[in-house]
Amino acid sequence: MNDWLPILATTLAAATPLIFAGLGELVTERAGVLNLGVEGMMLIGAVSAFAVASSGGGLLLGTLAGIGAGMAASALFALLVLHCLANQMATGLALALFGVGLSAFIGRDYVSHVLDGVSGYTLLDGLPPLDPFIVGSLGLFALVQWFLYRSRGGLVLRAVGESPSTAHALGYPVRLIRWAAILFGGACSGLAGAYLATDYTPMWVEGLSAGRGWIALALVVFATWKPARLLAGAYLFGGVTILQFHGQALGLAVPSQFMSMLPYLATIVVLTLISRRGHAIRLNAPASLGQVWHPDS
Amino acid sequence: MFRLEARPAPSTLARWLAPLGALLLTLLLAAVLFAQLGQSPLHAFAVFFLRPLDGLYGIGEWLLKATPLMLCGLGLALGFRASVWNIGAEGQLTVGAIAAGGLAIHFDGSDSAWLLPAMAGAGVLGGMLWAAIPALLRTRWQTNEILTTLMLAYVAPLLLAWLVNGPWRDPAGFNFPQSIQFGESALLAPLLAGTRLTVAFPLALGLAVLCWLFLRHAYLGFQMNIAGQAPAAARYAGYSPARTVWVALLVGGGCAGLAGFAEVAGPLGQLLPSVSPGYGFAAIIVAFVGRLHPLGVVLASLLLSLLYLGGESAQMELGLPASITGLFQGALLFALLACDTLVHYRLRRSR
Amino acid sequence: MRCQSLLPHARMNSAPRLALRDITKTYPGVIANEDIDLTVLPGEIHAVLGENGAGKSTLMKIIYGLVQPDAGTVLWEGRETRIASPAAARRLGIAMVFQHFALFETLSVAENIALALPDAPAPAALAERIRATAEDYGLPLEPQRPVHELSVGERQRVEIVRCLLQSPRLLILDEPTSVLTPQAVETLFTTLRRLAAEGVSLLYISHKLDEIRALCDRATVLRGGRVSGHCRPAGESADSLARMMIGAELPQTRLSANNVRREPKLVLHNLSRPADGPFGTALHALQLSVHSGEIVGIAGASGNGQSELLQALSGEATLAQADMVQMLGAPVGRLGAAARRARGLGFVPEERLGRGAVPALDLAANTLLTAAGDGLVRRGLILRPTVRRYAREIIKRFRVKCHGSHALARSLSGGNLQKFIVGREIAQNPEVLIVAQPTWGVDVGSAALIRERLIDLRNRGVALLVISEDLDELFSICDRIAVLAGGRLSPLRHTSATDSAEIGRWMAGLFPTETTHVPA
Repeated sequence: MNDWLPILATTLAAATPLIFAGLGELVTERAGVLNLGVEGMMLIGAVSAFAVASSGGGLLLGTLAGIGAGMAASALFALLVLHCLANQMATGLALALFGVGLSAFIGRDYVSHVLDGVSGYTLLDGLPPLDPFIVGSLGLFALVQWFLYRSRGGLVLRAVGESPSTAHALGYPVRLIRWAAILFGGACSGLAGAYLATDYTPMWVEGLSAGRGWIALALVVFATWKPARLLAGAYLFGGVTILQFHGQALGLAVPSQFMSMLPYLATIVVLTLISRRGHAIRLNAPASLGQVWHPDS
Repeated sequence: MFRLEARPAPSTLARWLAPLGALLLTLLLAAVLFAQLGQSPLHAFAVFFLRPLDGLYGIGEWLLKATPLMLCGLGLALGFRASVWNIGAEGQLTVGAIAAGGLAIHFDGSDSAWLLPAMAGAGVLGGMLWAAIPALLRTRWQTNEILTTLMLAYVAPLLLAWLVNGPWRDPAGFNFPQSIQFGESALLAPLLAGTRLTVAFPLALGLAVLCWLFLRHAYLGFQMNIAGQAPAAARYAGYSPARTVWVALLVGGGCAGLAGFAEVAGPLGQLLPSVSPGYGFAAIIVAFVGRLHPLGVVLASLLLSLLYLGGESAQMELGLPASITGLFQGALLFALLACDTLVHYRLRRSR
Repeated sequence: MRCQSLLPHARMNSAPRLALRDITKTYPGVIANEDIDLTVLPGEIHAVLGENGAGKSTLMKIIYGLVQPDAGTVLWEGRETRIASPAAARRLGIAMVFQHFALFETLSVAENIALALPDAPAPAALAERIRATAEDYGLPLEPQRPVHELSVGERQRVEIVRCLLQSPRLLILDEPTSVLTPQAVETLFTTLRRLAAEGVSLLYISHKLDEIRALCDRATVLRGGRVSGHCRPAGESADSLARMMIGAELPQTRLSANNVRREPKLVLHNLSRPADGPFGTALHALQLSVHSGEIVGIAGASGNGQSELLQALSGEATLAQADMVQMLGAPVGRLGAAARRARGLGFVPEERLGRGAVPALDLAANTLLTAAGDGLVRRGLILRPTVRRYAREIIKRFRVKCHGSHALARSLSGGNLQKFIVGREIAQNPEVLIVAQPTWGVDVGSAALIRERLIDLRNRGVALLVISEDLDELFSICDRIAVLAGGRLSPLRHTSATDSAEIGRWMAGLFPTETTHVPA
């Protein structure tokens, strides 16, 4: 019992930011918008959450600040992509790079400050306390799953992602729907950042997210745009981090740098495995993903 | 209310004015930011953009820093034209540095005139090797190269960190994570007395000219352009998509690897845990701001290099945070994308 | 040419359901609609007739609220109205069946219909209503099936049922028969006549004169964005309608006998390949031979394996076995597109912008796209002056209207771009030429020129394979004809030995399975 609990805890904790950011990006992509800026939004969310929380704002306010900052960053993306009709790929890259710069700038006075971690609440005696973020990630999953497949809003969102021109011809406000999807993605990325900065490693360092935003993007492809598979994929990645943290304990005499490479290498492997099944990707990928759309065209 | 209306043909004028517009917007943002930080914008601009270019040494530093940006930017621009989204030049540069540096360490003490060319070759091959992995995955299994090149950009610095902490650590280096200082024969001599500028800069300019000739006159360059602009037309015409991916990634990786060589055999002179302050990522901005055109890349790399120097100068003289450089880089690309709208669309008052 | 006394007498007193007055809409450089008047009465089937580019689509988009006119008034049941959006149009009772169906492939029939109903009932109740309405009108539908599994005819049924569930007062149909078999057209007309009898007004957009004469009460004819006449189609001849539509009689293309020696130049031997993507159709053991000096036509609605066959022929997709496609006696099934072209294959694809031509490049660069092997490249370098000369030659020979070889491909009209692409492929002197939808969306004049050039090529001994959805076209330019339905190829018939009724049955998949070869 005591052997597997820390392992489970590590897995859940490491998977949580990927679940938040991944679900947000999944909804954005289902609307046909590819936002490569997840890493940037995550960093901006993280530094905002940390700044508010460590300036006496408390955890809740900090988390809200993270969500708000993620949304603000995504709003910039939405403005460029939906109104200036900028290339989604380039704009997402710009957001990722801008996020790195902006978060380093905002966070310059907070480097290596430490926060008190989050105290979880106890559900059952004998079990470790539950972390509210981890519980929240499962709640968000349920919400997204329900929204996409059980609500009319989800149906409209999927329709817009498959063919914006057809949705437009039927009278749906494509731009507005995409705005909402992008903002939701930004909020989720910001939340992921807030979790990283206030709970997972409650301190600020430059580039705190360490590529998790990009891994979340890869997970969306791996999940073939399905929330349940995204959840499974995130836990798989959480599992890989076990090796990183518990490797020594397991008696693996491998230099730490190689352990740190694992999540990145695992991303490549997993992405390649799913890409080999091109059929699954083409069947499930939103057909308009990444394309500029203008109502007059 | 205004609305956007498609132009019958994209405006060439707007295409070349957009980077200038973006620069102006970024300067405007910078002025506001400087004022917020309690600095007089004019004075801050002078420190940021003019002070670094004071004197021959300053100019040399400017061109020196522009070199890796230019090299990486040229390779990326070629790939982006073909819609091959190599965003991992940082990793390819690092592996190029490792390969070149490894040779210097292994042949330490040799005074062969062939050592430097061999290191350059090793740097190019190292960068190519690192880029060949995404190329193989993409052509063989359609794995998205955006994510694989980027993941490998996280892996390469870890590999370097292991080397300088372990097998290649300088035994006489007080346990600092760094390699030995390279010998004379493994270092590029300064091109001009009083500067650190090396032959890598004219080499990069030469590559830009070569790139321009390739894109303008070579049938292969034309084919890669088509593959980027209209993939279905490229398939229809029978252009090999695999060749496009391979050429784009190998050229991009090779250029970045050469930049890695130029860094370790030039200003650095040894392997350190970090051989690049993000040149590979800044080169993405260089490529876009340079309109994916070799001449544009040359100009954009000079601009971005100045931003690096300006950040350092502002930190030293005004106590501003160095991270301001990264902020401006990102803002520049955003501003460019916004200005780019006017290339394909024009504003019309809507009724 | 105005004949205003044509209002059906029984409906004289009622206000028009829809009246357009002086509608004008301009786009940069183009006047799409100019001073258009149009009146549609309750229970009337009203045709809007005009050739490609006459402004029909823009006018329909205005009525459906997708486009706002620059000037003019819209009267709905006597009251001046602004139709701001499709939702507003639907609230008024306007519904539309789109030419390229406005359906979502990955969603089910019921989901597609729910998306068009502002307050859709619960899924179970909706499925029941769909079934009931569909049965009532004789248009059977399975609500749970995903749309990508449906045939073209079934998709149109989904669109029509979707409109019917909105209880429309005006139903717009945009070229509804362009992809239907002659039999399916009859079924559609029965449904439409019943709707009209129930008091629904129908706007029927088409360029097919016979259909309009058979179905419509009145017609408004458009030419070059203006109304060129109002009339009662039943009282007009095809020639008089054509004069209103294009200002001249319809050009006729005739096939004359030639004395080219018949040798097989393109042979398909048990050509099979899997579906191209999740929504594609697999090909099953196709057998066909195309001889020198003949045009073979392949009829059938798109989505029956047409794109898979074209890719297999062009080399954009390579095949499992080399002998599945044989050209000039050599197996080429494993060769790519460039290699097959080098052996004398020419190919005009269905999509002009983005596949046949690169939209943002000029005509010289678009010449280089496929004609590089014709001496335009030496030692890997582009010979620019030669490319320009080559492009100018094509422009001249095929009367492409444009601002010279510097014109961007996307600045050309559909007809001129198609003339350019066909011209580029013919200029390379192919032994075998494959043409997909040669005149789809092309104006009458350009269409006539293209057909003439294809026939010239046939008479010079080239083997041509034409894949088209337009049966009239195939019957006018083909020596022999077959049907591709459900990924299988029907027997090949001489055009003189079959008719559109038989081909129509075959298009529904009803053909004898053993492939009997007809001597060329």
